Amino acid sequence: MNKNIKFIQGNEVCVEAALYAGLEFFAGYPITPSTEIAEQMASRLPRIGGKFLQMEDEISSLCAITGASLTGHKAMTATSGPGFSLMQEALGYAVMAEIPCVIVNVMRGGPSTGLPTHAGQGDVNQARYGTHGDHAIIALTASNHQDIFRMTVEAFNFAETYRTPVILLLDEATGHLREKIEIPEPGNIPLVKRLRTSVKSGIDYHPYLPREDGRLPMSDFGDEHRYNVTGLYHDMWGFPSDNPKIVYGLIRHLVDKIENNSHQIARFRKHHVKDADVLLISYGASARSALHLVENRRSRGEKLGLLELQTLWPFPVDIVREACNNVKFTVVVEMNMGQVLQQVRLAADMPEKIFLANRIDGELITPTDIRNILRVIQGKGV
Amino acid sequence: MEKSRLLFSGSGGQGVITAAILMAEAAVRYESLNAVQTQSYGAEARGGATRSDVIIWDKPIYFPRVTQANVLICLTQTAFNKYQEMIRPGGVLITDSRLVKNSRKVDARRIELPLYEAVMDVIKNPVVLNICMLGAVIAVTELVRIESIKSLIAKRFAEDFLEANFTAVDLGVELVRQHLGK
Repeated sequence: MNKNIKFIQGNEVCVEAALYAGLEFFAGYPITPSTEIAEQMASRLPRIGGKFLQMEDEISSLCAITGASLTGHKAMTATSGPGFSLMQEALGYAVMAEIPCVIVNVMRGGPSTGLPTHAGQGDVNQARYGTHGDHAIIALTASNHQDIFRMTVEAFNFAETYRTPVILLLDEATGHLREKIEIPEPGNIPLVKRLRTSVKSGIDYHPYLPREDGRLPMSDFGDEHRYNVTGLYHDMWGFPSDNPKIVYGLIRHLVDKIENNSHQIARFRKHHVKDADVLLISYGASARSALHLVENRRSRGEKLGLLELQTLWPFPVDIVREACNNVKFTVVVEMNMGQVLQQVRLAADMPEKIFLANRIDGELITPTDIRNILRVIQGKGV
Repeated sequence: MEKSRLLFSGSGGQGVITAAILMAEAAVRYESLNAVQTQSYGAEARGGATRSDVIIWDKPIYFPRVTQANVLICLTQTAFNKYQEMIRPGGVLITDSRLVKNSRKVDARRIELPLYEAVMDVIKNPVVLNICMLGAVIAVTELVRIESIKSLIAKRFAEDFLEANFTAVDLGVELVRQHLGK
């Protein structure tokens, strides 16, 4: 029996992966369907010298992890839709102050308290636009346990590389699903370490002066260098400024550091896409149903393919456009009213050939649901 | 092998979900098969009908829910009434003969077992009813070995409870043997 093989829930996989990535601090307010993440962290982190804090709410949870991250520790919180709504203010602060951290949102049905114990994928746009002001964000997702592990580690890597909060959008269906996972050996997945400044103590350190490659070396807050952290537009020392040149430079930097690297950040899987006549685009739990249908139809000779997105933001426009251009039509499979559909239509040269197969009743979309939509589009009737 | 879709159902607190997890985990860890397990979760988990879906196959499993069960296990009348239509024609229906009265005709191989009675007679503790049921399911489906499930139980449960649980597994297996006349 292979000791690295476990049979656990998706939420537990996320915990394993966060610890693999070097997580040292978790603050959260448990909420269904993400509760297992907080529960496991409470038990695991203290044993390895880490810290677990149960906070009074989600606002303080995200504030706590931004503080922890500034002091040099990898930090994360986990929540679901209602908690994610409360986090939007602090999320904007983490974007503006360029604080690496990971926010897991195990999506349930919304709006409001909605459907606590059922699956949904309605927070895709909230992850992108939930906090106010122009900004860029990274949001990742996954459909199976091996990929949840990988994407959780990637979330920490992207957070450090781009000095930004990263959102991991899981869903109830994969979060509570149990299946096999083989935990990779240490070192098998590369980890991005915190980039720390080489500026000596007592010498002028510029926490917000990007290097030529766009990265900003950090200094553990409270350690060698004194500097200011603010949600206001700020200069290279972190002090507030309303100088138009500085304001323009900072917002361009915040957006460009992510949007200009969208090719490096794009993660996706192609299943039988090369010779496909009809393409499905999906992500998270919905992609499992889409892949089920694709494998089933392929065994009957139908040329169906699936582009499974793992990076949702920045939206992988070029990859989606190319895939859509090579097929007769595309169907986006998701559990909301068309949030990724909207992006695919914007990316595609012929938006009239992009359709939606969705479910918004809290139930996981089934392969039959998708097949029925395909039949309608193909004029075969249901 | 054929894809096996099992639907475990009963009432919250009977341990139906625990049994389903053990079955799926044993298939993955000891038989090198693929398995997925999900559960209905919500108001239903507190009384009413509880349900857990398990799919076991030697190929990758993507869609994780059971829409038509090869094997349907019902430990209460409420669960039977709710899920009996989900059985595939020609599938197997396993029920407890005291807790479920099969009022309606089902197009399936029916295996009614006196699980509850046997557990109360032999072990005198209803808490292991789920494990007795699991022993029966394993005897019927032969998807995992008895030794595998016992090894997993030994890992998962406290030592003081192992004997009762092992006895419950054997009891479930024995009831199936008697039922099938082996």
